[in-house]
Amino acid sequence: MCRIGAIKSKVAFHPSLALHLMLPQQEGHDNSGFAMVMQDLEGVFANYKDKPLLSMACTQKGAALVEHFMETNNFTPVYEWIPRGVRQPGLDIKAMPYYIFRAYDYPEYYRTATPEAKAELLLDTRLALRVLLENEDQGYVYSFWPDVLTLKEIGDPRDIAVYFKLWDNTGELMAKNIVVQCRQNTNYEIVRYAAHPFFLQGYTLCANGENTFYTKNKEYQKPLHRGYIGFESDSQNFLYTLHYVLNVLKWPIKYYKHVITPLPFDEIAKRPDHRELTAIRQSLGHLEINGPNTIIAMLPDGRMVTCCDSKKLRPVVVGSDGTMIAISSEVCGLNQIMPGRNQEQDIYPNEREVVVITPDLEVERWKQ
Amino acid sequence: MEAVKVQDVSVNDLPWKLQYSSERCTMCGSCVAACTFNAIEAVMERRSVTVSTGHQPDPSQRHLAIPVIKQRAAVANACVGCGMCEKVCPNNAIKPVRNPDSRINYLNRSGGATVKRGGRNNLGNNERTLDKIVVGRISQMTDPALDSERHTFDILAPFGRVLLPHELPLTSDGNELTLSGHTPPVNWIYPVIFSDMSIGALSTRAWEAVAIATAYLNEKHKLPVRMSSGEGGMPIKLLRSEYLKYMILQIASGHFGWNRIVQAMPHMQADPAGILIKIGQGAKPGDGGLLPAAKVSKPVQSIRGVPKADLLSPPNHQGLYSIEESVQKMFMSMNAAFKFRVPVAIKCAASATSVSVYNNLLRDPYKICGGFFLDGIQGGTGAANEVSLDHTGHPVVSKTRECYLAAVKQGRQGQIPLWAGGGLGLTGNAAADAFKMICLGANGIFLGKILIQLCGCVGNELGRCNACNTGNCPAGICTQNPRLVKRLDIDKAAQNIVDYMLALDSELKKLMAPVGNSSLPVGRSDALVTTDRAIADKLAIQYVC
Repeated sequence: MCRIGAIKSKVAFHPSLALHLMLPQQEGHDNSGFAMVMQDLEGVFANYKDKPLLSMACTQKGAALVEHFMETNNFTPVYEWIPRGVRQPGLDIKAMPYYIFRAYDYPEYYRTATPEAKAELLLDTRLALRVLLENEDQGYVYSFWPDVLTLKEIGDPRDIAVYFKLWDNTGELMAKNIVVQCRQNTNYEIVRYAAHPFFLQGYTLCANGENTFYTKNKEYQKPLHRGYIGFESDSQNFLYTLHYVLNVLKWPIKYYKHVITPLPFDEIAKRPDHRELTAIRQSLGHLEINGPNTIIAMLPDGRMVTCCDSKKLRPVVVGSDGTMIAISSEVCGLNQIMPGRNQEQDIYPNEREVVVITPDLEVERWKQ
Repeated sequence: MEAVKVQDVSVNDLPWKLQYSSERCTMCGSCVAACTFNAIEAVMERRSVTVSTGHQPDPSQRHLAIPVIKQRAAVANACVGCGMCEKVCPNNAIKPVRNPDSRINYLNRSGGATVKRGGRNNLGNNERTLDKIVVGRISQMTDPALDSERHTFDILAPFGRVLLPHELPLTSDGNELTLSGHTPPVNWIYPVIFSDMSIGALSTRAWEAVAIATAYLNEKHKLPVRMSSGEGGMPIKLLRSEYLKYMILQIASGHFGWNRIVQAMPHMQADPAGILIKIGQGAKPGDGGLLPAAKVSKPVQSIRGVPKADLLSPPNHQGLYSIEESVQKMFMSMNAAFKFRVPVAIKCAASATSVSVYNNLLRDPYKICGGFFLDGIQGGTGAANEVSLDHTGHPVVSKTRECYLAAVKQGRQGQIPLWAGGGLGLTGNAAADAFKMICLGANGIFLGKILIQLCGCVGNELGRCNACNTGNCPAGICTQNPRLVKRLDIDKAAQNIVDYMLALDSELKKLMAPVGNSSLPVGRSDALVTTDRAIADKLAIQYVC
């Protein structure tokens, strides 16, 4: 079972903190991988916040393909950071030859475009790059979005950290938000794309558990949006539903929970907003999840969200020390990074609860 | 000796032969009284008995005439194997036995007329597709199974048109959504509907038993089961009562009884649960309903507003030439009748063209089609021509699946709820059939035949009884003969149905538990597996061995 976590802080921190959050939970995962999405970057990318940042892993040929594609599509590279892997024997890691994090300038004719038009362009570019690399089997592209960096790797999280020198805080990689997962990938084929967190147009999500409605979710989502592709993991559905509810339907955040875990009909009937909730439940029945899950998500505006399945079959805990809030599958992770916090104020969201952490670290809790 | 022609019918030519033992028989006459088909009679037989009673052989012969029960050797009075004689015989002296040498197929078309029979298919009764599918996804370590005895379940299915999310008239103030416009009516009901069987096909008392069971399940057990009236309307008293909310009114092709329904509208206290426009039926596509004059009793005449005559419902609506027109018809009936408060669905026979019909309905511009009822070959309760029952029709399982997948392709699954029937519950395990159909994409199922079975029908798929057309139903279910109707214990029949539905509800939960779902697993085809390669390919489910 995957273990998931997220850290949101007023001051930028190094990804080693995320590893410290995750590694105490290692009995709960099989060490088959590590992945993280960083947002609100400091360090080497601090000056390129408005530039779309491409995160990819590829071969030399793949890098050339991407470079050529971006050039022909009028994207100009402005800064790149390429981690040099520590290739030492005995590391459990199936590293790709290159990990490229590169900030681009928009094509000239897009610089005055609306944010929506830019968002569509970035999505289309990422999808095209993915197809390009996939066809030649030359690599993977994880995200292409301003101020967002994604790293995914197959192997033991400790060894991955050694390889990428993530233990040493050199100040190069810093962020105020990180969503992270130590992975157990057993449901489907072990491929890099299957690792959480998943990313789409600023929405990041990872999930812990099983989606028993995977097939019906997938069948419904496929035609909804061109960005809903892949489905390498049963948890990917939750991201697409989040994106669909907030980005496509443009509904308020509280309705996400009503879509994925609708209230039973007899409870809906007692509510004053029963007409709306019934309409939502019946129209979006195929996006319901019924399996055991905990979801941690990050929205484009930096808000973090967590909620559980309708039976609370997977745990999650939220803790804070004032300057930092972390969400974690198990409390041992929080104890590791925030030993001095007041544990009595930890939040264990229940099956009907949603917890949202705003950019200024206010915690909103509400019942579905 | 009487002259016999070789063409004469003998008992050995009939499908059932009576096994009778005159030694056990006390000539009480119960069997003759119970046999509604006049298949047996009390006659005198001449016997000769030779006995020797002394120490030495000294045979003496006596001739005597004794009364016996004898099977009539006539096609019109052929035994149907209903077994009423055996049931009533206090001494086990008589029972029907299937005759493998029957020549009935050659004999019973005498007179040049086609054979009619009750609604049971006698062909292809080998293992059904549904029996070759099992629930193969058992949640254990990754997704916990639910303990069906302790968890709560949310078992409801939609009857009514569902809109796509972006079509909902919702306005957002940034925090709350408000429904600002009209949406088509949707009733959330139990995923098992009591299928349309008319008063006429059923005796008034049998129909009443089903209606009582429906009301009881709703009122007492809070199980929102709905019952379809079937063609021919329903009693005025029910139309004007609160209980109408549990009924789905049917508009069938004969439009029988609609006059009275329309007249009752101003007096209705409750809206019906829905309207079902019956386009075709699965057991005898191309044949309409057939209510012989013999079964058109006074109550039927008054409910349907007809004289005592053969009542033929046409095989389709005579004013319909296209799917689009059927949509218009739904639009008009709903608009005129219930001011868009009541969902309207249509029922068609499963067919090679079902998917085209469903595709077309999905694009219905008025968003008015509130359900697509697909009726398969095994359905039907009433009288029909044997050749239609046995040789026309279409299995429902793959058609339902195809319709669902066609909707998936358009991203419109669940918009027009799919309801499937026709042979579901045939083996007595309706919950299993329902669950599998739901996993394959149906929103719910409808059951008919199993209900009359629960009322006490003794007919089966192997040619036993199936005399619903004759008006001689030995169980008082498919007859209007007042003497026979009294045989049906209406309370017991209703109780059987209620008990069965309660068991079915527990069984549905027992099936939802292992796959870890507390709401209906519509379209969860990944939960099913089959050991049959062809079924796996056709239904797009997992093949296992």
